[in-house]
Amino acid sequence: MEHTPLLSMHNITKTFPGVLANDDVSFDVRNGEVHTLLGENGAGKSTLMKILFGLYKPDSGEIRLRGEVASITSPTSAIEQRVGMVHQHFMLVPTLTVAENVALGLTSSRGFRTDLDVVSDRITEISEQYGLSVDPEIDVWKLSVGERQRVEIIKALYRDAELLVLDEPTAVLTPQEVADLFVILRQMTDAGTGIIFISHKLHEVLELSDRITVLRNGRVTGHTTPAETSRQQLADMMVGREVKLAPDKPHVDLGLARLRLRNLSVKGDRGTMAVVDADLDVHAGEIVGIAGVSGNGQRELAETVAGLRPAEAGSSVSIDDVDLTTATPARTRAAGLSYVPEERMKDGAVGEFQVSENLLLINHAEARFRRGPLFDFAKIRDHCQELVDQFSVKTPSLATPTSSLSGGNIQKLIMARELESKPSVILAAQPTRGVDIGAAEYIHSQLVEQRNEGVAILMISEDLDEILGLADRIAVMFEGRIVKVVDRENATKEELGLAMAGAEVDA
Amino acid sequence: MSEFFTISVLAATLGTAIRFAVPYLLAALGETIGQRSGVLNLGVDGTMLLGGFGAYYAVLKTDSHSLGILVGLGVGLLMGVVYAYVTVFLDAKQGISGIGIYLFGLGFSDLLFQELVGTPLPIRPLPTLDKLPVVGGLFEPLVEIEVIGPLLFDHNLLTYLAFLLVPAVTWLLMKTTFGMNVRAVGENPQAADSLGVSVAKTRFIAILMGSTLAGVAGATLSMQLAIFQHNLTNGIGFIAVALVYFGAWRPRWVMAGALLYGLVTATRIRWQSLGIIPQGASDVAAMAPAIITILALVLLASRVRGPAALTKPFSRH
Repeated sequence: MEHTPLLSMHNITKTFPGVLANDDVSFDVRNGEVHTLLGENGAGKSTLMKILFGLYKPDSGEIRLRGEVASITSPTSAIEQRVGMVHQHFMLVPTLTVAENVALGLTSSRGFRTDLDVVSDRITEISEQYGLSVDPEIDVWKLSVGERQRVEIIKALYRDAELLVLDEPTAVLTPQEVADLFVILRQMTDAGTGIIFISHKLHEVLELSDRITVLRNGRVTGHTTPAETSRQQLADMMVGREVKLAPDKPHVDLGLARLRLRNLSVKGDRGTMAVVDADLDVHAGEIVGIAGVSGNGQRELAETVAGLRPAEAGSSVSIDDVDLTTATPARTRAAGLSYVPEERMKDGAVGEFQVSENLLLINHAEARFRRGPLFDFAKIRDHCQELVDQFSVKTPSLATPTSSLSGGNIQKLIMARELESKPSVILAAQPTRGVDIGAAEYIHSQLVEQRNEGVAILMISEDLDEILGLADRIAVMFEGRIVKVVDRENATKEELGLAMAGAEVDA
Repeated sequence: MSEFFTISVLAATLGTAIRFAVPYLLAALGETIGQRSGVLNLGVDGTMLLGGFGAYYAVLKTDSHSLGILVGLGVGLLMGVVYAYVTVFLDAKQGISGIGIYLFGLGFSDLLFQELVGTPLPIRPLPTLDKLPVVGGLFEPLVEIEVIGPLLFDHNLLTYLAFLLVPAVTWLLMKTTFGMNVRAVGENPQAADSLGVSVAKTRFIAILMGSTLAGVAGATLSMQLAIFQHNLTNGIGFIAVALVYFGAWRPRWVMAGALLYGLVTATRIRWQSLGIIPQGASDVAAMAPAIITILALVLLASRVRGPAALTKPFSRH
């Protein structure tokens, strides 16, 4: 007979008004294994985890921990039952030290006074056991993203978590940090911990998991193991149809350089140099991908190209030989730039605006949408309906507030608006971050189509798979510099990962 | 001008500065605790006015300063309960709720004063240490010491308590579990909540502490001045809120700000009485503390970041 699983969730069903979030979901986790939950946004993963943490009450079904029916009513009761979670957005207080973050919510051995020295000693013990080197005395804001994640893991281990949920833990890590994390997770499973790994990065899922459960539209669509499946199969199971993971890219002859960056230096928000002496050409008919861990100057570079952030003296930005170094966003757009910003809800669209208003955000002043001084709403409606259909933006109506659409649909809306102007250069930052595979596939195919038609595309992405799948040339940014530029055919993931971590700087 | 720069006049001016600083210090320390938990209370001035009137009235009727302090404390606590309930449990906007508390305190303190007292009657001022019963004799010789005496010993008990509160509040915030919770909920309430720290409870208590200190600050003011009148504080509570920013949410620097404010005010009054400032320019001089504070705020405040969740109500979803 098999051992009793550490956790088993039986026939969990949860409905929200109008939505069946979990439909008869069952899965279990054994001690010492990594069990992956794979699924698109809205597939029901986070609802399931919120049920596990007592934030939602299931309509029916039961949770068993170590064979016993468990009643989990709050995150605190989950912690008490040795269930821990590393959230995608870290639950850390940056102004507190590592030890304070770990001690938060625990009873102090000294009553009213804190016992941080005791906590620090225990943290050091845990760190040594699992190779999680972190200084307990340091303020969390001084730590790198990878280190912060280790603090989150320590928090769970300190509370004796026997089952640990990791929600998209690799989204913000460099390839090297991902490798380090996997070593740590393996040590934990060797010690008997059960791990629920939530991710949509298929190759990582295949590398780390012992078992995989795929969810779609609230239902389990399959249980499998890495040995029995493949990336393609997993993607198809997630989406429910055959998916093209990498778009077909026909050969296109390179045209002239359309976007030119020369000696581009840019200051960041804090006044320090964020981009240093960047030189880059993007030619007609190519996609240049900028790889790098976020925070290495990509955002500032994009904002400068879009005319939103001033460049330092001596820099130059031009599109089709029109100098745009000091141009306003309007002039930059007039020169042929389309911009798909990284923060789609902050910089890409106005959340409270209707779908049609966001579609018209750039060109509403054009004569074709006007009748005298007033809007021609009939024409506007036709125009917007056409764009929504063409880009298959799923929206109840043109008057729907944009913020109520899913991330993928908002991104398709922005793409529709940006491509409508027939740009000569497209700057796309994180075009598919947080976007479903299906929508990502569509956005990718649109970018490739534009490339085929002779548009120069600069794509910034933290997702190396996306860069490798789409780019013709790859530039790696590290600490504000472009430390490596390589043709796609000659690029390997290992090499790019090293460059992203700064290895090229010393070479 | 030369009369001002004699040791004894300087010492006396500094002594006055310390006394003036006390209501600012008490109110600003309280506001520091509240803001560290993520709650801005713009009603400090109103709470001070009501606490100030309560203390004044208690002393007027019973001649007991201890009772005056207790009444100021109680009024502050009550106002804190109202403000905490509205902002923490009803998720009201902190800015406008604070203005409401201020306007209530301003109007209600004046109404009570008009109804219960009418014409301003002076009360017995807060006694300095040497005037205290029983222990007063111990301090008498100390006050007589030149320079040091008026500077350090010619003060009332609340002055010393206020300055002792500076390390006490630092200790509370930095060395206790409650203080750690306060800092956590002021910075990232979601994180604190996920670990079982009650954001509502922590903020509630922090607001009560802050408001209680505001009530005591008002009591100190009216008992130091030995009088009450319409709008007695004249904006001290708002300055106290500004001092928290000035002091970058650290009790020590808040104290420095309160002392600076007291010093500028004391110097102005001394200069006026010595005729260094001409009569006609007294209005301009009266603005000096405000102007200096604003300048300091502009220069300093942009450099430090406050609690990230300041003014943001917390809810789970």
